[in-house]
Amino acid sequence: MSGFDFVISIGGAAGQGIATPGNILARLFARQGIHMYAYNAYQSIIRGGHSFLTIRASDREIRTHGDVIDLMICLNQDTMDRHLEHLGPNTSVIFNSDTIEPGKAADGVQLCPMAVAELAGKGANKLMQNTVAIAVTCQLLGIEFSALEDVLEFQFSAKGEELVAMNVKVAKAAYDHAAENFQPAPQQAPKSGQPLAVWAGNQAFAMAAAGAGVKFYCAYPMSPSTGILHWMAANARELGIMVRQVEDEISVVCMTVGAAHAGCRSMCATSGGGFALMTEGVGAAAMMEVPIVIVNVQRAGPSTGVPTKTEQGDLWQVLGASQGDFPKLILAPSSPLDAFQTIPEVFNLADKYQLPAIILSDLLISDETSTIDPEILDLQPVIDRGELITEAGEDAGNYERYKFTDSGISPRALPGIPGYEHVVATDEHMPDGVLISDEFTHPHKRRAMLEKRQRKMDGLLADLPPPAIVGDADAEVTLVGWGSTAGVIQEAIGQLAQVGVSVNHLHFKWLVPFHADEANQLLSSCKHTIIVENNYSGLFHRYLRGETGFTVDGHIRKYDGEPFKPHHIVAAVQEQLEGDETLSVPYEKIIV
Amino acid sequence: MSETNALSVLQPKDFKGKVDPDWCPGCGDFGVLSSLQRAVSELGLKPHQILTVSGIGCSSNFPGFFNSYGMHTLHGRSLPHASGAKLSNHEMKVIVTGGDGDGYGIGGNHFTHTSRRNLDILYIVMDNQIYGLTTGQVSPTSEVGMTTKSTPHGSTELPFNPMASAITAGATWVARGYTGNVKQLVTLIKAGLEHKGFSLLDVFSPCVTFNKVNTYQFFRPRVQPLEDIEHDSSDWKQGIEKAMVWGDVIHTGVFFETNSRLTLEEQEPVLDEGGPLAYRELGLTTEQNERIVSRMM
Repeated sequence: MSGFDFVISIGGAAGQGIATPGNILARLFARQGIHMYAYNAYQSIIRGGHSFLTIRASDREIRTHGDVIDLMICLNQDTMDRHLEHLGPNTSVIFNSDTIEPGKAADGVQLCPMAVAELAGKGANKLMQNTVAIAVTCQLLGIEFSALEDVLEFQFSAKGEELVAMNVKVAKAAYDHAAENFQPAPQQAPKSGQPLAVWAGNQAFAMAAAGAGVKFYCAYPMSPSTGILHWMAANARELGIMVRQVEDEISVVCMTVGAAHAGCRSMCATSGGGFALMTEGVGAAAMMEVPIVIVNVQRAGPSTGVPTKTEQGDLWQVLGASQGDFPKLILAPSSPLDAFQTIPEVFNLADKYQLPAIILSDLLISDETSTIDPEILDLQPVIDRGELITEAGEDAGNYERYKFTDSGISPRALPGIPGYEHVVATDEHMPDGVLISDEFTHPHKRRAMLEKRQRKMDGLLADLPPPAIVGDADAEVTLVGWGSTAGVIQEAIGQLAQVGVSVNHLHFKWLVPFHADEANQLLSSCKHTIIVENNYSGLFHRYLRGETGFTVDGHIRKYDGEPFKPHHIVAAVQEQLEGDETLSVPYEKIIV
Repeated sequence: MSETNALSVLQPKDFKGKVDPDWCPGCGDFGVLSSLQRAVSELGLKPHQILTVSGIGCSSNFPGFFNSYGMHTLHGRSLPHASGAKLSNHEMKVIVTGGDGDGYGIGGNHFTHTSRRNLDILYIVMDNQIYGLTTGQVSPTSEVGMTTKSTPHGSTELPFNPMASAITAGATWVARGYTGNVKQLVTLIKAGLEHKGFSLLDVFSPCVTFNKVNTYQFFRPRVQPLEDIEHDSSDWKQGIEKAMVWGDVIHTGVFFETNSRLTLEEQEPVLDEGGPLAYRELGLTTEQNERIVSRMM
């Protein structure tokens, strides 16, 4: 691989301040115009445990944390003990030699002991070892000290000039010490390009919703979805968004439906367990024909599962969420940028078709930190609310909320307008909103109203782009994926091309309604199909087969909580092409 | 959007819904419906200014029988739907209607937290101490020993105390009515509607079909309006003391009220100006866009 591509891992216990050096490095690279992608392997613990943050920097756009480590920063002995033996040649290890014993390193591993107490001076904060490590990293990568100084100023200025000055002083001492004592890394960071922005995945979801005109956001804290709540709460007053944390996810979804019915664009987010509580509200929104957007950030389940680990395990939960047969929109964006660019369209579709929209994210996307080109961050997308009545018109006094129409879409009047009074009900109802469930039932009217609702799915499907194959149409292998695996599949395809295996990519984002005919045609044109999923039983494959009747040739699955790395997919494809294997379950030797 | 024209005050009949109630003849809920229709008429409200929200159950069919905007939502979930709607359009008069099972049983968590939240909502609970629509099972307010289809040997659980619970949870207006005393009920509904903050009005509304204990005959000699005795409704301790009384005397009237707490709407700067959120312009300005992106650099 030519060009700059460098992976830094920082290991320590929760509470040792891994986030801060991570943020400093992220911003440092971003301001140099170097692309960055970070994945944090952590546990559901506030103090202790083992956290391992991997930051990959590159002169190209990257969507994974890569396959190897080039530089490791150990904040505790545990990190050294777990990981040192797995490092190969041309790597470096930075550690605080006051507290950490280096283990036995392989040939070509440069140990970089730093006597932090001596460098930082008496009484220095324990967190100063983080600053020391970053300064050494900069020296090894050939990054100018002024760039580090700039970011330290940004990071610590809120806590006072004294702290900034102390950090800069210690950083300079460490930077100079490294120049004299250690060899530069084999790869040097490229000189400054156009600065990039830094965001977290959940931030992309929140920003997109704000841009799309969300005025009501409600949540109950649940990892890994809480970042959306935090961004919304921090920006609520400035952007005029009502943000509430309430008693449980049942209340969350019901408040969202109430707010949406009264007229606000409304969203809520949770993870699988919270979504389980929300399911009755999904059906309520569908039956009352109220547009809402729910984000389910999947984590490893079932039940409490592994709160800090990723999985694509909730597909059938969202497919089957809520009793009955009703229209809904379900999609799984493939990256924060994809989510950012798609969410305004999701709001427009939810409004147009007056139904619940469910966005399936997962920890991998929502928890990532990465760089993004600021020029493409357009927070003023097209907003189209569909057939919405916001003031009295000719039909005042004769309004029917659930009027029968060819499209199935009945113009929606917001509460508060004289002459449009109506009741929306979760019971089956007639066009004027009167129930047909209690006092009398009426099979013909029930059928007509159910068909009216379901007709909306025809229009909705026509509004969704059909799936498409990316890459060489005649490729030897087609990798099929959905949602968050797009980035790692793309990188694996690049690596496979280098070893002479031609692979293309069929990725699904829009899941319900589903372009089954188009999908079947594409799949039938492929030579060898392998589906990649972050779950045990091939949940998407079961759905795809159900919708298309198509059975793929092979499977690559992972369900240990850690995301795929490119080499997992490369090895699995090679294994399946060379032998009889049709199921590969890759894993890493290192336990993080 | 909201207007009050004193010259065209509507009559109670103008608040009749599209269909007549499907309640059993003699059901206490009829009195609650007619009392609310009188109260909103006397307050000069218009149907389009009101949003009536209910859950599921006999009494939760209420919005269909009342002319206003309405939401007939999920069992136990009327309060969160109403809260979202109120925050979305805080100029609407939001009235929540439902029963004791819906509100104190399956919706009990929301009842507690909505009380704390102090949104300007009137919550009318038609309390018949039984599950009616499911043909007669024990409810959260059923008395100990009550035999029902699900408790053939008598209920063993202590009844939920709506008055005391609401007071301790933070509701700022807590009252009880009796559907057999329409005059008091209309007065209470009007007071509840005019109170700024979360108002709970629990109304004894006998189920003539399934509750053979807590009947009109049961309540008539027992109910004692607090207006008729010495009671300081600004004192929460007195309110709780009166709430604990259950026997030959059962109190009705305003148990507790306070104007010392701001409503959630009043405390929320997002609602300070610009009218209801629901009717505001959507989307961000170029300046907001630039500010958000600049913080990411």
